[in-house]
Amino acid sequence: MKKAPLESRRQFLQYTALSGAFAGFSLPVLSAESGLDYRDILPESMTKAGDSFSNYGQPSPYESKIIRWISANPDMPGNGVSWSPLHELQGSITPNGLHFERHHNGVPDIDPARHTLLIDGLVEKPLSFSVEALKRYPMQSRICFIECGGNSNSSWRSRPIETAAGYAHGLVSNAEWTGIPLKYLLQEAGIQSKAKWVIAEAADGASLNVSIPLKKLLDDAILALYQNGERLRPENGYPLRLVLPGWEGITNVKWLRQLRLTDEPAMSRDETAQYTDLMPDGTARQFSFEMEAKSLITSPSHGMKLPDNPGIYQLTGLAWSGRGKITRVEVSSDGGASWVDAELQQPVLSKAFTRFSLPWQWHGQYAMLQSRATDESGYVQPSREQLLANRGSHGFFHFNAIISWEVSEDGYLYHVYPD
Amino acid sequence: MATSIMFTRINLTLTLLFVLPVLAAQPLYQPLGQAASDLSDKPEWNLTISPDGEALPPGSGNAAQGKQLFEQHCVACHGFGAIGGSAMPLVGELGSLSGEYPEKTVNSFWPYATTLFDYIRRSMPPSAPYSLNSNEIYALCAYILSQDGIIEADVELNAVTLPQVTMPNRNGFSATYPQ
Repeated sequence: MKKAPLESRRQFLQYTALSGAFAGFSLPVLSAESGLDYRDILPESMTKAGDSFSNYGQPSPYESKIIRWISANPDMPGNGVSWSPLHELQGSITPNGLHFERHHNGVPDIDPARHTLLIDGLVEKPLSFSVEALKRYPMQSRICFIECGGNSNSSWRSRPIETAAGYAHGLVSNAEWTGIPLKYLLQEAGIQSKAKWVIAEAADGASLNVSIPLKKLLDDAILALYQNGERLRPENGYPLRLVLPGWEGITNVKWLRQLRLTDEPAMSRDETAQYTDLMPDGTARQFSFEMEAKSLITSPSHGMKLPDNPGIYQLTGLAWSGRGKITRVEVSSDGGASWVDAELQQPVLSKAFTRFSLPWQWHGQYAMLQSRATDESGYVQPSREQLLANRGSHGFFHFNAIISWEVSEDGYLYHVYPD
Repeated sequence: MATSIMFTRINLTLTLLFVLPVLAAQPLYQPLGQAASDLSDKPEWNLTISPDGEALPPGSGNAAQGKQLFEQHCVACHGFGAIGGSAMPLVGELGSLSGEYPEKTVNSFWPYATTLFDYIRRSMPPSAPYSLNSNEIYALCAYILSQDGIIEADVELNAVTLPQVTMPNRNGFSATYPQ
Protein backbone atom coordinates (compact mmCIF):
# COMPACT_ATOMS: atom_id res chain seq x y z
CA MET A 1 0.00 0.00 0.00
CA LYS A 2 1.38 3.38 -1.00
CA LYS A 3 1.45 5.97 1.71
CA ALA A 4 0.81 9.61 1.14
CA PRO A 5 3.98 11.74 1.27
CA LEU A 6 4.09 13.93 4.34
CA GLU A 7 4.10 17.66 4.46
CA SER A 8 7.65 18.22 5.47
CA ARG A 9 8.80 21.79 5.07
CA ARG A 10 9.92 21.82 8.69
CA GLN A 11 12.11 18.80 8.18
CA PHE A 12 14.62 20.93 6.29
CA LEU A 13 16.76 22.44 8.95
CA GLN A 14 18.03 25.92 9.48
CA TYR A 15 21.78 25.90 9.90
CA THR A 16 21.58 27.72 13.22
CA ALA A 17 19.44 25.01 14.82
CA LEU A 18 21.97 22.24 14.44
CA SER A 19 24.20 22.57 17.45
CA GLY A 20 22.69 21.12 20.66
CA ALA A 21 21.89 17.50 19.92
CA PHE A 22 25.42 16.17 19.41
CA ALA A 23 27.37 18.23 21.94
CA GLY A 24 27.73 15.68 24.76
CA PHE A 25 31.10 14.07 23.97
CA SER A 26 33.96 14.17 26.50
CA LEU A 27 37.67 13.71 25.86
CA PRO A 28 39.43 10.58 27.19
CA VAL A 29 42.09 11.30 29.81
CA LEU A 30 45.44 9.58 29.10
CA SER A 31 47.45 8.50 32.09
CA ALA A 32 50.95 9.92 32.32
CA GLU A 33 52.37 6.59 33.38
CA SER A 34 56.08 6.23 32.68
CA GLY A 35 57.20 3.62 30.19
CA LEU A 36 54.23 4.28 27.99
CA ASP A 37 54.82 2.67 24.58
CA TYR A 38 53.15 4.88 22.01
CA ARG A 39 53.23 2.07 19.48
CA ASP A 40 50.56 0.36 21.56
CA ILE A 41 48.17 3.27 21.45
CA LEU A 42 48.76 5.00 18.11
CA PRO A 43 47.41 3.91 14.72
CA GLU A 44 49.80 1.55 12.98
CA SER A 45 50.28 4.05 10.14
CA MET A 46 52.01 6.41 12.59
CA THR A 47 54.53 3.86 13.80
CA LYS A 48 56.27 2.98 10.53
CA ALA A 49 57.49 4.47 7.28
CA GLY A 50 54.86 4.74 4.61
CA ASP A 51 54.82 3.55 1.03
CA SER A 52 57.17 5.08 -1.52
CA PHE A 53 56.44 7.80 -4.05
CA SER A 54 54.51 6.99 -7.20
CA ASN A 55 55.00 8.27 -10.74
CA TYR A 56 51.29 8.44 -11.29
CA GLY A 57 48.98 8.41 -8.29
CA GLN A 58 46.07 6.04 -7.95
CA PRO A 59 42.99 6.14 -5.70
CA SER A 60 43.17 4.53 -2.28
CA PRO A 61 42.76 0.74 -2.41
CA TYR A 62 39.90 1.26 0.04
CA GLU A 63 38.03 3.07 -2.74
CA SER A 64 38.44 0.33 -5.32
CA LYS A 65 34.69 -0.13 -5.62
CA ILE A 66 34.19 3.43 -6.87
CA ILE A 67 34.09 2.62 -10.56
CA ARG A 68 32.38 3.37 -13.84
CA TRP A 69 29.66 0.86 -14.63
CA ILE A 70 30.15 -0.62 -18.09
CA SER A 71 27.17 -1.44 -20.25
CA ALA A 72 28.10 -2.64 -23.74
CA ASN A 73 26.91 -4.96 -26.47
CA PRO A 74 28.59 -8.36 -25.94
CA ASP A 75 28.74 -8.88 -29.70
CA MET A 76 30.36 -5.48 -30.16
CA PRO A 77 32.13 -4.68 -26.90
CA GLY A 78 33.33 -1.32 -28.19
CA ASN A 79 29.77 -0.11 -28.63
CA GLY A 80 28.26 1.00 -25.36
CA VAL A 81 28.74 3.24 -22.39
CA SER A 82 30.28 3.43 -18.98
CA TRP A 83 28.35 5.33 -16.34
CA SER A 84 30.00 7.77 -13.97
CA PRO A 85 29.35 6.86 -10.29
CA LEU A 86 27.82 10.24 -9.44
CA HIS A 87 26.32 8.80 -6.25
CA GLU A 88 29.83 8.19 -4.86
CA LEU A 89 31.35 11.55 -5.78
CA GLN A 90 31.37 14.98 -4.17
CA GLY A 91 32.26 18.44 -5.40
CA SER A 92 31.66 19.26 -9.03
CA ILE A 93 34.71 18.04 -10.98
CA THR A 94 34.57 14.49 -12.28
CA PRO A 95 37.91 12.70 -11.88
CA ASN A 96 39.38 11.76 -15.27
CA GLY A 97 39.25 8.04 -14.57
CA LEU A 98 35.54 8.27 -13.74
CA HIS A 99 34.34 10.55 -16.55
CA PHE A 100 31.54 8.77 -18.39
CA GLU A 101 32.30 7.09 -21.71
CA ARG A 102 30.28 6.58 -24.87
CA HIS A 103 32.08 4.83 -27.69
CA HIS A 104 30.65 3.62 -30.99
CA ASN A 105 33.48 1.20 -31.77
CA GLY A 106 35.97 1.21 -28.93
CA VAL A 107 38.80 3.45 -27.80
CA PRO A 108 41.34 4.01 -30.57
CA ASP A 109 45.09 3.94 -29.99
CA ILE A 110 46.33 7.18 -31.59
CA ASP A 111 50.00 8.22 -31.69
CA PRO A 112 49.90 12.02 -31.54
CA ALA A 113 53.07 12.20 -33.63
CA ARG A 114 51.14 10.63 -36.50
CA HIS A 115 47.85 12.42 -36.01
CA THR A 116 46.71 15.27 -38.26
CA LEU A 117 43.79 17.66 -37.99
CA LEU A 118 42.53 18.86 -41.38
CA ILE A 119 40.34 21.94 -41.73
CA ASP A 120 38.94 22.15 -45.25
CA GLY A 121 35.82 22.54 -47.35
CA LEU A 122 34.42 26.08 -47.65
CA VAL A 123 37.60 27.79 -46.47
CA GLU A 124 40.02 30.13 -48.23
CA LYS A 125 42.90 27.70 -47.76
CA PRO A 126 42.67 24.14 -46.41
CA LEU A 127 45.07 23.70 -43.50
CA SER A 128 46.49 20.75 -41.64
CA PHE A 129 47.80 20.90 -38.09
CA SER A 130 50.08 18.57 -36.20
CA VAL A 131 49.42 18.05 -32.52
CA GLU A 132 52.81 19.60 -31.72
CA ALA A 133 51.85 22.74 -33.65
CA LEU A 134 48.49 22.96 -31.90
CA LYS A 135 50.22 22.92 -28.51
CA ARG A 136 51.78 26.28 -29.40
CA TYR A 137 48.45 28.08 -29.83
CA PRO A 138 46.93 30.24 -27.10
CA MET A 139 44.68 28.12 -24.93
CA GLN A 140 41.69 28.73 -22.73
CA SER A 141 40.20 26.62 -19.96
CA ARG A 142 36.51 25.99 -19.52
CA ILE A 143 34.82 24.03 -16.78
CA CYS A 144 31.70 22.49 -18.29
CA PHE A 145 29.58 19.39 -18.27
CA ILE A 146 29.27 16.98 -21.15
CA GLU A 147 26.08 14.91 -21.19
CA CYS A 148 25.24 12.10 -23.57
CA GLY A 149 21.93 12.65 -25.33
CA GLY A 150 20.97 9.17 -24.17
CA ASN A 151 21.59 9.84 -20.48
CA SER A 152 18.76 8.68 -18.19
CA ASN A 153 17.20 6.81 -21.12
CA SER A 154 15.84 4.09 -18.82
CA SER A 155 13.51 6.73 -17.40
CA TRP A 156 11.41 6.56 -20.58
CA ARG A 157 10.42 3.03 -19.59
CA SER A 158 7.09 2.47 -17.91
CA ARG A 159 8.74 1.17 -14.74
CA PRO A 160 11.61 2.82 -12.87
CA ILE A 161 14.97 1.06 -13.11
CA GLU A 162 16.31 0.03 -9.71
CA THR A 163 19.96 0.93 -9.98
CA ALA A 164 22.31 3.44 -8.37
CA ALA A 165 21.87 7.11 -9.31
CA GLY A 166 25.04 7.28 -11.38
CA TYR A 167 24.35 4.02 -13.16
CA ALA A 168 21.02 5.35 -14.46
CA HIS A 169 21.81 9.06 -14.82
CA GLY A 170 25.62 9.21 -14.97
CA LEU A 171 26.20 9.65 -18.69
CA VAL A 172 27.14 13.16 -17.68
CA SER A 173 30.38 14.43 -16.20
CA ASN A 174 32.05 17.75 -15.53
CA ALA A 175 35.67 18.64 -16.19
CA GLU A 176 38.01 21.51 -16.86
CA TRP A 177 38.82 21.34 -20.56
CA THR A 178 41.79 23.27 -21.89
CA GLY A 179 42.50 23.91 -25.51
CA ILE A 180 42.33 26.27 -28.43
CA PRO A 181 39.24 28.35 -29.16
CA LEU A 182 38.13 26.87 -32.49
CA LYS A 183 37.60 30.30 -33.98
CA TYR A 184 41.37 30.89 -34.09
CA LEU A 185 41.93 27.88 -36.33
CA LEU A 186 38.86 28.51 -38.49
CA GLN A 187 39.86 32.13 -39.00
CA GLU A 188 43.38 31.04 -39.94
CA ALA A 189 41.90 28.86 -42.69
CA GLY A 190 39.57 31.69 -43.74
CA ILE A 191 35.83 31.07 -43.69
CA GLN A 192 33.90 31.39 -46.95
CA SER A 193 30.60 33.22 -46.67
CA LYS A 194 28.59 30.19 -47.86
CA ALA A 195 29.82 28.05 -44.95
CA LYS A 196 27.07 27.28 -42.42
CA TRP A 197 27.90 23.81 -41.09
CA VAL A 198 31.02 21.90 -40.13
CA ILE A 199 31.27 18.13 -40.54
CA ALA A 200 33.42 16.83 -37.70
CA GLU A 201 34.98 13.41 -38.15
CA ALA A 202 36.76 11.17 -35.66
CA ALA A 203 39.73 8.87 -36.15
CA ASP A 204 38.16 5.95 -34.27
CA GLY A 205 36.91 2.59 -35.50
CA ALA A 206 33.53 4.13 -36.28
CA SER A 207 34.94 7.17 -38.14
CA LEU A 208 32.16 8.95 -36.29
CA ASN A 209 30.87 11.99 -38.20
CA VAL A 210 28.35 14.64 -37.20
CA SER A 211 27.38 18.08 -38.45
CA ILE A 212 27.79 21.10 -36.22
CA PRO A 213 26.56 24.64 -36.92
CA LEU A 214 29.57 26.84 -37.72
CA LYS A 215 28.11 29.49 -35.42
CA LYS A 216 28.70 27.29 -32.36
CA LEU A 217 32.33 26.66 -33.29
CA LEU A 218 32.85 30.42 -33.63
CA ASP A 219 31.15 31.02 -30.29
CA ASP A 220 32.45 29.06 -27.29
CA ALA A 221 33.81 25.81 -28.74
CA ILE A 222 37.24 24.55 -27.73
CA LEU A 223 39.59 22.13 -29.43
CA ALA A 224 40.59 20.44 -26.19
CA LEU A 225 43.98 18.85 -25.56
CA TYR A 226 43.80 18.77 -21.77
CA GLN A 227 41.27 17.42 -19.28
CA ASN A 228 41.53 18.53 -15.66
CA GLY A 229 45.06 19.73 -16.33
CA GLU A 230 46.50 16.62 -17.92
CA ARG A 231 46.40 15.46 -21.52
CA LEU A 232 43.09 13.94 -22.56
CA ARG A 233 42.49 10.36 -21.54
CA PRO A 234 42.31 7.98 -24.53
CA GLU A 235 38.65 7.28 -23.75
CA ASN A 236 37.95 10.99 -23.78
CA GLY A 237 39.42 11.74 -27.16
CA TYR A 238 43.21 11.72 -26.99
CA PRO A 239 44.91 13.55 -28.57
CA LEU A 240 42.21 16.06 -29.70
CA ARG A 241 38.52 16.49 -29.08
CA LEU A 242 35.82 19.07 -29.55
CA VAL A 243 34.24 20.54 -26.44
CA LEU A 244 30.98 22.35 -27.18
CA PRO A 245 29.79 23.69 -23.83
CA GLY A 246 26.17 22.82 -23.09
CA TRP A 247 25.65 20.76 -26.22
CA GLU A 248 24.72 17.09 -26.54
CA GLY A 249 27.65 14.72 -26.02
CA ILE A 250 27.70 13.37 -29.58
CA THR A 251 28.69 16.80 -30.92
CA ASN A 252 31.76 16.89 -28.63
CA VAL A 253 33.60 14.74 -31.14
CA LYS A 254 36.53 12.80 -29.69
CA TRP A 255 39.69 11.79 -31.60
CA LEU A 256 39.00 14.65 -34.00
CA ARG A 257 40.71 14.37 -37.41
CA GLN A 258 38.75 16.64 -39.72
CA LEU A 259 36.53 19.71 -39.76
CA ARG A 260 34.97 20.24 -43.17
CA LEU A 261 33.02 23.44 -43.69
CA THR A 262 29.88 22.99 -45.77
CA ASP A 263 26.62 24.75 -46.58
CA GLU A 264 24.42 21.80 -45.50
CA PRO A 265 24.57 19.13 -42.80
CA ALA A 266 25.82 15.69 -43.84
CA MET A 267 22.73 13.84 -42.55
CA SER A 268 25.01 11.25 -41.00
CA ARG A 269 23.68 8.23 -39.14
CA ASP A 270 24.31 9.83 -35.75
CA GLU A 271 22.23 12.90 -36.56
CA THR A 272 19.33 11.08 -38.27
CA ALA A 273 18.94 7.46 -37.13
CA GLN A 274 20.32 8.23 -33.67
CA TYR A 275 20.37 11.29 -31.40
CA THR A 276 17.03 12.46 -32.80
CA ASP A 277 14.01 12.60 -30.52
CA LEU A 278 10.91 10.71 -31.60
CA MET A 279 7.73 12.63 -30.80
CA PRO A 280 4.20 11.27 -30.22
CA ASP A 281 3.11 12.13 -33.79
CA GLY A 282 5.89 9.96 -35.24
CA THR A 283 8.09 12.84 -36.38
CA ALA A 284 11.48 13.37 -34.80
CA ARG A 285 13.28 16.42 -33.50
CA GLN A 286 16.65 16.73 -35.19
CA PHE A 287 19.67 18.83 -34.18
CA SER A 288 18.36 19.21 -30.63
CA PHE A 289 21.79 20.25 -29.46
CA GLU A 290 21.17 22.07 -26.19
CA MET A 291 20.94 19.98 -23.04
CA GLU A 292 18.13 21.47 -20.97
CA ALA A 293 18.26 22.08 -17.23
CA LYS A 294 18.38 18.99 -15.07
CA SER A 295 19.24 18.00 -11.52
CA LEU A 296 19.67 14.86 -9.49
CA ILE A 297 19.98 14.13 -5.77
CA THR A 298 23.14 12.04 -5.56
CA SER A 299 22.97 11.36 -1.83
CA PRO A 300 20.99 9.87 -0.32
CA SER A 301 19.86 7.99 -3.41
CA HIS A 302 18.88 4.56 -4.66
CA GLY A 303 20.46 1.64 -2.83
CA MET A 304 21.52 3.60 0.23
CA LYS A 305 20.06 3.13 3.69
CA LEU A 306 19.60 5.88 6.24
CA PRO A 307 21.45 4.55 9.31
CA ASP A 308 19.85 6.63 12.08
CA ASN A 309 16.22 7.22 12.96
CA PRO A 310 15.85 10.00 13.83
CA GLY A 311 18.84 11.38 11.98
CA ILE A 312 20.17 14.39 10.15
CA TYR A 313 21.22 13.80 6.54
CA GLN A 314 22.97 16.14 4.15
CA LEU A 315 20.91 16.01 0.96
CA THR A 316 23.20 16.82 -1.94
CA GLY A 317 23.21 16.60 -5.67
CA LEU A 318 24.11 18.15 -9.00
CA ALA A 319 22.33 20.54 -11.33
CA TRP A 320 23.33 21.69 -14.79
CA SER A 321 21.96 23.44 -17.87
CA GLY A 322 23.19 23.77 -21.43
CA ARG A 323 21.65 27.23 -21.56
CA GLY A 324 23.78 28.86 -18.89
CA LYS A 325 23.97 29.15 -15.13
CA ILE A 326 21.80 27.33 -12.64
CA THR A 327 19.97 30.00 -10.65
CA ARG A 328 17.97 27.86 -8.26
CA VAL A 329 17.62 24.29 -7.05
CA GLU A 330 14.63 23.36 -4.93
CA VAL A 331 14.33 20.16 -2.95
CA SER A 332 11.21 18.31 -1.84
CA SER A 333 10.81 15.44 0.61
CA ASP A 334 7.11 14.96 -0.07
CA GLY A 335 7.08 14.17 -3.77
CA GLY A 336 6.80 17.75 -4.91
CA ALA A 337 3.96 18.95 -2.66
CA SER A 338 6.28 21.46 -1.03
CA TRP A 339 9.71 22.77 -2.01
CA VAL A 340 12.62 24.36 -0.17
CA ASP A 341 15.58 26.15 -1.78
CA ALA A 342 18.85 24.27 -1.52
CA GLU A 343 22.17 26.00 -1.04
CA LEU A 344 24.26 26.29 -4.23
CA GLN A 345 27.99 25.73 -3.94
CA GLN A 346 29.85 28.75 -5.30
CA PRO A 347 31.05 29.68 -7.81
CA VAL A 348 28.11 28.82 -10.05
CA LEU A 349 29.50 28.47 -13.58
CA SER A 350 27.65 28.61 -16.86
CA LYS A 351 27.00 25.21 -18.49
CA ALA A 352 28.74 23.41 -15.62
CA PHE A 353 27.80 21.17 -12.71
CA THR A 354 26.47 23.11 -9.74
CA ARG A 355 26.56 21.24 -6.43
CA PHE A 356 23.56 21.81 -4.18
CA SER A 357 22.95 20.71 -0.62
CA LEU A 358 20.47 20.95 2.22
CA PRO A 359 20.39 19.30 5.65
CA TRP A 360 17.33 17.12 6.20
CA GLN A 361 15.96 15.70 9.42
CA TRP A 362 14.39 12.29 9.04
CA HIS A 363 12.02 10.86 11.64
CA GLY A 364 11.37 7.45 10.13
CA GLN A 365 8.50 8.57 7.95
CA TYR A 366 7.83 7.65 4.34
CA ALA A 367 9.36 10.33 2.08
CA MET A 368 9.89 11.04 -1.58
CA LEU A 369 13.01 13.08 -2.32
CA GLN A 370 13.17 15.23 -5.44
CA SER A 371 15.19 18.13 -6.79
CA ARG A 372 14.14 20.73 -9.36
CA ALA A 373 16.55 23.02 -11.19
CA THR A 374 15.94 26.44 -12.74
CA ASP A 375 18.44 28.07 -15.10
CA GLU A 376 19.17 31.68 -15.98
CA SER A 377 16.92 31.50 -19.04
CA GLY A 378 14.01 30.92 -16.64
CA TYR A 379 13.58 27.30 -17.75
CA VAL A 380 12.37 25.03 -14.93
CA GLN A 381 13.15 21.31 -14.93
CA PRO A 382 9.85 19.54 -15.72
CA SER A 383 8.16 16.75 -13.81
CA ARG A 384 8.21 13.35 -15.51
CA GLU A 385 4.50 13.74 -16.14
CA GLN A 386 5.04 17.09 -17.89
CA LEU A 387 7.93 15.75 -19.98
CA LEU A 388 5.95 12.74 -21.16
CA ALA A 389 2.91 14.90 -21.89
CA ASN A 390 5.03 17.00 -24.25
CA ARG A 391 7.32 14.38 -25.71
CA GLY A 392 5.48 11.04 -25.49
CA SER A 393 7.08 7.84 -24.22
CA HIS A 394 9.51 7.05 -27.04
CA GLY A 395 11.81 10.07 -27.11
CA PHE A 396 14.73 7.97 -25.80
CA PHE A 397 17.08 10.98 -25.90
CA HIS A 398 17.07 14.18 -23.84
CA PHE A 399 15.33 12.92 -20.70
CA ASN A 400 15.68 15.75 -18.18
CA ALA A 401 12.68 15.33 -15.89
CA ILE A 402 12.71 15.39 -12.09
CA ILE A 403 14.09 12.18 -10.58
CA SER A 404 12.46 10.74 -7.43
CA TRP A 405 13.91 8.64 -4.60
CA GLU A 406 11.45 6.99 -2.25
CA VAL A 407 12.51 6.58 1.38
CA SER A 408 10.78 3.70 3.12
CA GLU A 409 9.96 3.78 6.82
CA ASP A 410 12.91 1.51 7.51
CA GLY A 411 15.24 3.91 5.71
CA TYR A 412 15.81 2.20 2.35
CA LEU A 413 15.92 4.27 -0.84
CA TYR A 414 14.31 3.26 -4.12
CA HIS A 415 13.91 4.83 -7.54
CA VAL A 416 10.23 5.59 -8.15
CA TYR A 417 7.97 7.51 -10.48
CA PRO A 418 5.69 9.82 -8.53
CA ASP A 419 2.52 8.76 -10.39
CA MET B 1 76.54 48.05 -12.65
CA ALA B 2 76.83 47.00 -16.26
CA THR B 3 74.81 43.89 -15.54
CA SER B 4 72.05 45.88 -13.99
CA ILE B 5 71.76 48.16 -17.02
CA MET B 6 71.62 45.14 -19.28
CA PHE B 7 68.69 43.71 -17.34
CA THR B 8 66.89 47.00 -17.56
CA ARG B 9 67.26 47.04 -21.30
CA ILE B 10 65.97 43.50 -21.60
CA ASN B 11 63.01 44.33 -19.40
CA LEU B 12 62.12 47.26 -21.61
CA THR B 13 62.38 45.13 -24.72
CA LEU B 14 60.20 42.44 -23.17
CA THR B 15 57.65 45.03 -22.21
CA LEU B 16 57.39 46.28 -25.76
CA LEU B 17 57.12 42.80 -27.22
CA PHE B 18 54.66 41.22 -24.84
CA VAL B 19 52.58 43.79 -23.03
CA LEU B 20 51.39 45.71 -26.08
CA PRO B 21 49.97 42.71 -27.92
CA VAL B 22 48.12 41.62 -24.78
CA LEU B 23 46.30 44.93 -24.86
CA ALA B 24 45.13 44.26 -28.42
CA ALA B 25 41.74 42.62 -29.01
CA GLN B 26 43.15 39.56 -30.76
CA PRO B 27 45.60 37.25 -29.02
CA LEU B 28 49.03 37.02 -30.58
CA TYR B 29 50.00 33.69 -32.04
CA GLN B 30 51.92 32.28 -34.90
CA PRO B 31 49.73 30.63 -37.55
CA LEU B 32 51.05 27.10 -37.86
CA GLY B 33 48.56 25.48 -40.24
CA GLN B 34 50.17 23.82 -43.23
CA ALA B 35 48.70 24.29 -46.71
CA ALA B 36 46.66 21.14 -47.31
CA SER B 37 44.87 21.41 -50.66
CA ASP B 38 46.54 18.15 -51.70
CA LEU B 39 45.03 16.31 -48.70
CA SER B 40 41.56 17.66 -49.38
CA ASP B 41 41.41 15.85 -52.72
CA LYS B 42 42.38 12.45 -51.34
CA PRO B 43 39.76 9.75 -50.75
CA GLU B 44 40.72 9.27 -47.11
CA TRP B 45 39.68 12.85 -46.41
CA ASN B 46 36.42 12.59 -48.34
CA LEU B 47 34.56 9.92 -46.43
CA THR B 48 31.32 11.77 -45.77
CA ILE B 49 28.52 11.08 -48.25
CA SER B 50 25.93 13.84 -48.18
CA PRO B 51 22.37 13.47 -49.52
CA ASP B 52 23.52 14.92 -52.88
CA GLY B 53 25.71 11.83 -53.27
CA GLU B 54 28.55 13.92 -54.68
CA ALA B 55 31.29 11.98 -52.91
CA LEU B 56 29.93 8.51 -53.77
CA PRO B 57 32.59 6.30 -55.33
CA PRO B 58 32.30 4.38 -58.61
CA GLY B 59 30.89 0.86 -58.46
CA SER B 60 27.48 -0.78 -58.27
CA GLY B 61 25.58 -3.62 -56.65
CA ASN B 62 22.14 -5.21 -56.46
CA ALA B 63 19.95 -6.93 -53.89
CA ALA B 64 20.81 -10.52 -54.87
CA GLN B 65 24.52 -9.82 -54.40
CA GLY B 66 23.69 -7.97 -51.21
CA LYS B 67 21.76 -10.89 -49.73
CA GLN B 68 24.81 -13.15 -50.06
CA LEU B 69 27.08 -10.54 -48.51
CA PHE B 70 24.60 -9.88 -45.72
CA GLU B 71 24.49 -13.55 -44.79
CA GLN B 72 28.26 -13.66 -44.78
CA HIS B 73 29.03 -10.46 -42.86
CA CYS B 74 25.94 -9.19 -41.06
CA VAL B 75 23.53 -11.91 -39.88
CA ALA B 76 25.47 -12.73 -36.73
CA CYS B 77 24.34 -9.43 -35.21
CA HIS B 78 21.50 -8.16 -37.40
CA GLY B 79 19.74 -11.54 -37.82
CA PHE B 80 18.54 -13.38 -40.91
CA GLY B 81 16.51 -11.08 -43.10
CA ALA B 82 17.98 -8.09 -41.20
CA ILE B 83 15.13 -8.22 -38.68
CA GLY B 84 17.51 -7.62 -35.78
CA GLY B 85 19.53 -9.57 -33.25
CA SER B 86 22.07 -8.21 -30.82
CA ALA B 87 22.14 -5.24 -33.22
CA MET B 88 19.33 -3.10 -34.53
CA PRO B 89 16.68 -4.38 -36.93
CA LEU B 90 17.30 -2.80 -40.31
CA VAL B 91 14.08 -3.53 -42.16
CA GLY B 92 10.33 -3.57 -41.68
CA GLU B 93 8.15 -1.58 -39.27
CA LEU B 94 7.23 1.03 -41.88
CA GLY B 95 4.49 3.24 -40.48
CA SER B 96 5.19 2.20 -36.90
CA LEU B 97 6.67 5.52 -35.77
CA SER B 98 3.47 7.09 -34.49
CA GLY B 99 2.14 3.82 -33.04
CA GLU B 100 2.37 2.35 -29.59
CA TYR B 101 5.56 0.42 -30.39
CA PRO B 102 7.63 2.50 -32.79
CA GLU B 103 10.61 0.75 -34.38
CA LYS B 104 13.32 2.90 -35.88
CA THR B 105 14.72 0.68 -38.64
CA VAL B 106 16.71 1.91 -41.64
CA ASN B 107 13.65 1.51 -43.80
CA SER B 108 11.08 2.92 -41.38
CA PHE B 109 13.10 5.84 -40.04
CA TRP B 110 16.24 6.88 -41.93
CA PRO B 111 15.54 9.94 -44.11
CA TYR B 112 18.33 9.44 -46.70
CA ALA B 113 19.62 6.34 -48.49
CA THR B 114 23.04 7.97 -48.90
CA THR B 115 23.48 7.73 -45.12
CA LEU B 116 23.34 3.96 -45.40
CA PHE B 117 26.34 3.86 -47.74
CA ASP B 118 28.18 6.39 -45.58
CA TYR B 119 27.57 4.46 -42.39
CA ILE B 120 28.27 0.95 -43.68
CA ARG B 121 31.57 2.06 -45.16
CA ARG B 122 32.83 3.85 -42.07
CA SER B 123 31.54 1.45 -39.42
CA MET B 124 30.56 -1.98 -40.67
CA PRO B 125 31.33 -4.66 -39.88
CA PRO B 126 32.64 -3.28 -36.58
CA SER B 127 35.41 -5.85 -36.41
CA ALA B 128 36.77 -4.68 -39.79
CA PRO B 129 35.62 -1.22 -40.95
CA TYR B 130 36.60 -0.40 -44.57
CA SER B 131 36.97 -4.12 -45.39
CA LEU B 132 34.01 -4.04 -47.81
CA ASN B 133 34.60 -2.61 -51.26
CA SER B 134 32.30 -0.11 -52.95
CA ASN B 135 30.46 -2.74 -55.04
CA GLU B 136 29.75 -4.71 -51.87
CA ILE B 137 28.45 -1.66 -50.04
CA TYR B 138 26.12 -0.71 -52.91
CA ALA B 139 24.88 -4.31 -52.92
CA LEU B 140 24.19 -4.29 -49.18
CA CYS B 141 22.28 -1.02 -49.52
CA ALA B 142 20.23 -2.58 -52.35
CA TYR B 143 19.46 -5.66 -50.28
CA ILE B 144 18.26 -3.69 -47.24
CA LEU B 145 16.22 -1.15 -49.23
CA SER B 146 14.60 -3.81 -51.44
CA GLN B 147 13.34 -5.74 -48.41
CA ASP B 148 10.57 -3.21 -47.97
CA GLY B 149 10.07 -2.37 -51.62
CA ILE B 150 11.79 1.01 -51.35
CA ILE B 151 13.65 -0.05 -54.51
CA GLU B 152 12.78 -2.87 -56.92
CA ALA B 153 14.71 -6.08 -56.40
CA ASP B 154 16.60 -5.75 -59.71
CA VAL B 155 17.81 -2.16 -59.31
CA GLU B 156 21.55 -1.58 -59.59
CA LEU B 157 22.55 0.97 -56.99
CA ASN B 158 25.45 3.23 -57.87
CA ALA B 159 26.61 6.84 -57.49
CA VAL B 160 23.74 8.03 -59.68
CA THR B 161 20.84 5.85 -58.49
CA LEU B 162 21.47 5.78 -54.72
CA PRO B 163 20.89 9.53 -54.14
CA GLN B 164 17.67 9.22 -56.18
CA VAL B 165 16.11 6.77 -53.72
CA THR B 166 13.32 8.38 -51.71
CA MET B 167 13.09 7.03 -48.19
CA PRO B 168 9.60 6.60 -46.68
CA ASN B 169 10.40 8.86 -43.70
CA ARG B 170 12.14 11.55 -45.76
CA ASN B 171 9.93 14.30 -44.29
CA GLY B 172 9.76 12.91 -40.77
CA PHE B 173 12.28 15.27 -39.19
CA SER B 174 12.08 18.83 -37.93
CA ALA B 175 15.24 20.71 -37.10
CA THR B 176 15.37 22.07 -33.57
CA TYR B 177 18.38 24.22 -34.47
CA PRO B 178 18.35 27.10 -35.16
CA GLN B 179 15.50 27.84 -32.80
